Amino acid sequence: MTQHDPVLEVEDLRTHFFTRAGIAKAVDGVSFALHRGEILGLVGESGSGKSVTGMSILGLIDPPGRIVGGTVRYRGENLATASERRLRQLRGDRIAMIFQDPMMTLNPVLSVETQMVETVLAHEKVSRQQARERAREALVRVGIPSPDERLAAYPHQFSGGMRQRVAIAIALLHRPDVIIADEPTTALDVTIQAQILFEVQKLCRETGTALVWITHDLAVVSGLADRIAVMYAGRIVETGATEEVINRARHPYTHGLLGSVPSRNQRGQPLAQIPGMTPSLLSLPEGCSFRPRCRHASDACLVLPSLSGGDDHGWRCFHPQEGVAA
Amino acid sequence: MTAITLPVGSAPSPVRQPASSAPMIELDRLTKRFSTRLDFAERLAKRLGANVQEYDVHAVDDVSLAIAPGEVVGLVGESGCGKTTLGRMVAGITPPSSGRLLYRGRPIGELSSEEARKAKLKIQMVFQDPMASLNPRLRVSEIIGEAPRVHGLVSRGEKAEYVATIMRKVGLDPAYAARFPHQFSGGQRQRIGIARALAVQPEFLVCDESVAALDVSIQAQIINLFMELRRDLGLTYLFISHDLGVVEHIADRTVIMYLGRVVESAPSDELFAQPNHPYSRALLDEAPRVDTRKRTFAPIKGEIPSPLNPPSGCAFHPRCPHALARCKEERPVLREIAPGRISACHLNDIA
Repeated sequence: MTQHDPVLEVEDLRTHFFTRAGIAKAVDGVSFALHRGEILGLVGESGSGKSVTGMSILGLIDPPGRIVGGTVRYRGENLATASERRLRQLRGDRIAMIFQDPMMTLNPVLSVETQMVETVLAHEKVSRQQARERAREALVRVGIPSPDERLAAYPHQFSGGMRQRVAIAIALLHRPDVIIADEPTTALDVTIQAQILFEVQKLCRETGTALVWITHDLAVVSGLADRIAVMYAGRIVETGATEEVINRARHPYTHGLLGSVPSRNQRGQPLAQIPGMTPSLLSLPEGCSFRPRCRHASDACLVLPSLSGGDDHGWRCFHPQEGVAA
Repeated sequence: MTAITLPVGSAPSPVRQPASSAPMIELDRLTKRFSTRLDFAERLAKRLGANVQEYDVHAVDDVSLAIAPGEVVGLVGESGCGKTTLGRMVAGITPPSSGRLLYRGRPIGELSSEEARKAKLKIQMVFQDPMASLNPRLRVSEIIGEAPRVHGLVSRGEKAEYVATIMRKVGLDPAYAARFPHQFSGGQRQRIGIARALAVQPEFLVCDESVAALDVSIQAQIINLFMELRRDLGLTYLFISHDLGVVEHIADRTVIMYLGRVVESAPSDELFAQPNHPYSRALLDEAPRVDTRKRTFAPIKGEIPSPLNPPSGCAFHPRCPHALARCKEERPVLREIAPGRISACHLNDIA
């Protein structure tokens, strides 16, 4: 394994949910690669499959959901077929996850110290004292003042922003190779969000941790991510360097998303809007799933377009757009 | 969308009136305190000499604001700054602890009950989470049609037609009138919430984070709907949001709150071009924008202090990069810094 091989490589990942109403293809052929220290912004609206993609990587899909195809390679090892035992070894140690709501992931009846020490001891043979020291360092790293007092506190004694920092500190305990962050700042205020983004950016630069940042907010990833992948109805419809995707978006959906952002529109003028709404995953249209909402759709779109373009910028569309989105 | 005039009631006022015309809504030193009452055990403990006491939270502290007919005022602040409480007081849901709310120059508290009822009907609210604010057991026709029926705006016979008109107005298919809220998507539910507010023919809408829970593409649709309604019905808005991009887009004037107080108020284009108060500046700097310049985030330190124990002097001084000794002791008052612009900061005295 060389420096240039990706840390994480997802190929043609398919996660389907077998519900009574039918098969929901939440993730249907997602591929991307993540290198050391790289930040990938996975952008999509609700129901686009971005969270399910994140959960699939860590093998966190519960029935009726199942990974039905594709591979998730962590340093060459396929996690999609790995045993539960092996996944437990990796989770929290080499690949960590941060969720949107830290109150859901922190145990309310255990002190922060207990939870953090437990996490250290789960993966490493060190003394309790050393584990505590590691926990303390992690808190300092995410910018929590007076870490000794904070270690003894319980989750409810923290504010929302502080709680999310604790969750991030726990994710960082083992200096993982990959962190999957699922909308971690969505519930936070802008000033707190900026603080968290600042810490995260610094950490990725310093430790070489690669990050998948899942969000619906193009504005957040445009300033943070090295590369962006835009998801729609279970598929990546456009991917590439942040610069390319934001300034030279080719897929009509990406165009629409960028156009709906108020600050990119003339003040007081109607916002460019995408007509209709996200289709139900149970009854996706044939071919390109964006077809019914797309102005440029033609008969060609009845066939699923493959990814065109190059490594630097790819899109899944027969009618790629030119020029800057609204 | 075709322009459909509402069948009954008020003629729409002109779209954009100068801010100098008589205000439609005026807040006069509005204050809201929430007090904790001691429960039985605490009273007992206190009697036995324990150190427990009641405490007050100044959720909204001495806020004055005038909103002209046809104007859209954006109210921005972080969680806990009192913006929702202020909106609820304006909508008449929460009674103020002190201060007056004036509707077209007359204090609502001093109106006769009949007049007050009419005035309150003219002020309606659209909430953040439509699922939490719509009764899940009522059909859409009831949700929208109940209030105008109760208030005698339409007769029983006209109700169905009236509901259909309102539904078309907000972009819903009247064929769905017999459905329940859970059968709609998030964006459509928000449209139902807007239709319910419009059904009593209001002049003034308080929108509390009404687009915050929606996906970007749906958010754009709802923002466009708000602007369309403003144009067609001459509505006036108090638009509460934490999203600066949305407020910048929709509001004529922006008011920024911090810890229960207004720190700055200015026409939106001026405020977003050149914020005066250090807090406004910090907010604007940190709001994420779709922009690919690789930026380094340089956040302001700290968090919003607890309103239970607000800092002395200027509430922002512990986080302010320019704080002076004076900021700790003396609370800055709102002063006019330019025509139509007010800001509460001691730095303006120096410059």
